[in-house]
Amino acid sequence: MTVREIQETLGARVISGEEWLDKEVHTACGSDMMSDVLAFVKDQAVLLTGLCNPQVIRTAEMMDIVCIVFVRSKKPDDNMIELANEREIPILCTGHRMFSACGLLYEKGLRGGTDYERYS
Amino acid sequence: MSDTVKLTYQVSHEDFTRAGEASSDVKRHLKKMGFSPEVVRKVAIAMYEGEINMVIHAKGGTIDVEISPDDILMVLKDVGPGIPDIEKAMQAGYSTAPDNVRALGFGAGMGLPNMKQYSDEMEIDTKLGVGTTVTMKVYQG
Repeated sequence: MTVREIQETLGARVISGEEWLDKEVHTACGSDMMSDVLAFVKDQAVLLTGLCNPQVIRTAEMMDIVCIVFVRSKKPDDNMIELANEREIPILCTGHRMFSACGLLYEKGLRGGTDYERYS
Repeated sequence: MSDTVKLTYQVSHEDFTRAGEASSDVKRHLKKMGFSPEVVRKVAIAMYEGEINMVIHAKGGTIDVEISPDDILMVLKDVGPGIPDIEKAMQAGYSTAPDNVRALGFGAGMGLPNMKQYSDEMEIDTKLGVGTTVTMKVYQG
């Protein structure tokens, strides 16, 4: 799935990074805890989050995350947008809540991609 | 990549929004030097978690990084309160971080476990009231 398909599926607004919408996304992660993102995410993921601070962009940078989707209409500030642009990470914003946003993408075939048994 | 590259960073605790700048810089260095994406990611995550820990718990500190062809060595040194119970701190989910840190998306009790997971060697030297030094190594191959 491409970032553009995610944007269309969620009816999301492109906040920044219009030029990277054709990037491929393989997996997804929905979380407001960045520590969990750092523990579990793998392989060209999209990050869906309701947390809105510069550490979201930093975390995405460390994890090589392909795209960030802010749910519940959270809006990043200019500092965050600049940071994301430097790292070539497109930012989308959707009015959907976390559960619905994840569900819509799951329906389109996107998966979590982590071996959930590892910690169970 | 024959020479060893040494980098030093001062981590400030005063501005949480800047936490991660050191890790970001190391990541850029490693990428430019041609390390594999997997190695770059392991170093970036391990160091970023360490950097965040220094900001949350220790009022900042110093990070020394030594990049050599065989491995990347990171030494994170703070003069914070020290870790009273390392065994507990190493448990996934155990956290002593205050609520304001949780509101920022951290303090899930995954910091040290993540550092352990993403580094190939890790050593913690801590003394109550004196400070903590975490040494991590990530192998090149």
